Amino acid sequence: MRYAYYPGCSAESTARDMHQSTLAVAGALGIEMIEPKGWTCCGATAGHQTDRILAASLPAANLVKIQDMGLDCVVNCAACYNRMKVANHEILSDPQIRKSVCDAIGRDYDGSVKVRHFIEVLLEDIGLDSITNSVKNPLRDLKVASYYGCLLVRPPKVVNFDDPENPTSLDKLVKAVGGESIDWPYKVECCGGGLSLSRTDVVVNLTDSILGMAQSAGADCVAVSCPMCQVNLDLRQQDIKKQTGRDYQIPIAYITQLLGLGLGISPDKLGFNKLMVPASNVLELVRCSASEGGKAEINSND
Amino acid sequence: MITIKKTRTSVPLKGIVEKISGVDLSVCLQCRKCTSGCPVGKLTKSGPSEIMRRLHLDAGNELLESDILWTCVSCETCSARCPMGIDVAAVMDALRKLALARGASKQQGNVPLFNKAFLKTVEVFGRTYEIAMIAAYKLGTGKLMNDTEKFPTMIKKGKISLLPPLAGDRKTVRRIFKKTKKSKGAEI
Repeated sequence: MRYAYYPGCSAESTARDMHQSTLAVAGALGIEMIEPKGWTCCGATAGHQTDRILAASLPAANLVKIQDMGLDCVVNCAACYNRMKVANHEILSDPQIRKSVCDAIGRDYDGSVKVRHFIEVLLEDIGLDSITNSVKNPLRDLKVASYYGCLLVRPPKVVNFDDPENPTSLDKLVKAVGGESIDWPYKVECCGGGLSLSRTDVVVNLTDSILGMAQSAGADCVAVSCPMCQVNLDLRQQDIKKQTGRDYQIPIAYITQLLGLGLGISPDKLGFNKLMVPASNVLELVRCSASEGGKAEINSND
Repeated sequence: MITIKKTRTSVPLKGIVEKISGVDLSVCLQCRKCTSGCPVGKLTKSGPSEIMRRLHLDAGNELLESDILWTCVSCETCSARCPMGIDVAAVMDALRKLALARGASKQQGNVPLFNKAFLKTVEVFGRTYEIAMIAAYKLGTGKLMNDTEKFPTMIKKGKISLLPPLAGDRKTVRRIFKKTKKSKGAEI
C-alpha cells in the first residue's frame, strides 16, 4: 500500500513525536509513505481567519503536487487534514473560488485528490483484525480516554469522518491493541486550538475542564491525533497547576504512539521522551504486560 | 435576553458578510444551539446567536468590536450543530476579515498579531518556522517573558526547531501570497 504522506509543519517541530510514530507504525504494518517533494504549509487557522482564497490555495499547492504522484494523500495532523478537505470542498463547490485558487497557485487543480487521515487508512485499508494480529505487547489494563477535538470531525459535511458527536475510531484502535477505551463525554470538546499563544487564558480554561473530565473518568492517559490538541493538553498542565493548583499529570500521547507500543516498537522510536508530562505510567503498564509474556487475547469487538 | 441599542455606525454588514461567507443569514431561527454549544460562550459578552441576530437586524461596524471575534476558537461546533445548516464559523471568519480590513479590531489577546506573524513565516519560508514566528509575535505583544520558562525543555526535546525549514516550494507559496494580497480589499 502506497500513499503520499503530507507531514505538515509541526512534524518538524512540536509534533516530531507524531511524525516519528506515524512512520514507525506505517513501517510495522507494511504501509509505504512517500513525502511529496517541496510540500508547504497548509495555512492552518491563521490562514482561514485571514482570507478564504489564501486558505484554499495553500493546501491546493500541495494537493496538486500529490496529484502528479498519482496517489491518495494521507495526513496525520488533524489540522492539515481539515484544511486540505475544506480546500477540496471549496474548489469543487464554487467555480469562482477554483478560478482564484488556480490563478494563485499557477496551475489548474480540480479538487479531486483524495485526502485521508492516517486513522482512516488504518481502519479501512489495514483493518482492525490485521492490527490485532500484529500486536506484540498488548496494552493490557491501560485506560485510555480518546480525544478527537474539533478538526477531525468538523465540519461533518466536509470531513465526513466518523460520527461528529460520538466518534469511535480512536477507541476502536485502542481496543485493537489491547487497551481499555474509557467512555467519557468530552471527546469532541475544543482545547482552544491555534489560540495557544494568542489567548493562553482561553486555552487554559478549556484544557482544564477537558483534563478534569478525563481524570474523573479514570483515564491513565489521553490519546490524541492533532498536534494542537497534544500541545495544549500537555504543555498547559503546568499553567493550569500554577493558576488553579490542579496538578493533573495525565500524559497526552498520540494514538500512533500507543499503537506503536502495542505493535512492540520501542518507546524511543515512538518519541515518548518528547512528551512534556512523562508517560512513565503508560510505559510501566506496558512493560509489565510484556514481561508477563505471551500474547493476550484481544477482543476488538466489545 | 439580548438588548439591542440603536448604535449603528455604518451601512449594515449583512450584505458583505453574506458575500464573503457564502451564508444566507435570513434562515437563522435563533434557536441558540450555537451559543449553548460554544466552548467560549461563557467567556464572551456575546454568543454566536447574538451575532447572527445583530447582523440580521442590520448591525454596522460596531459589531466588529465584539469580543467573540478574537475569543472564537474556530472549533466549528456552531456550524456542525446548526439545525438550518448555517456555517456560523464562516460568518465569524468574514467578520474577522472585515474587522481587520476596517481597522476595527480591538486585537483582543493579540490574535490578529499572531496570525500575521504565523503567515509571515509561511510566506518567507514556505513552512512554519516557530522560533521566528514566536519572536515576531512576542516583539509585537511586548510580553516577552510569557512561556519562556518552557523553551529550554521544548528545545531539548526537539519540540522547537532551531533551524529554518528550507525544503518547501517557497516560490509557489510566495506567488500565492502575492496573488491573494492583490485581490484582497477589492470586495471590502
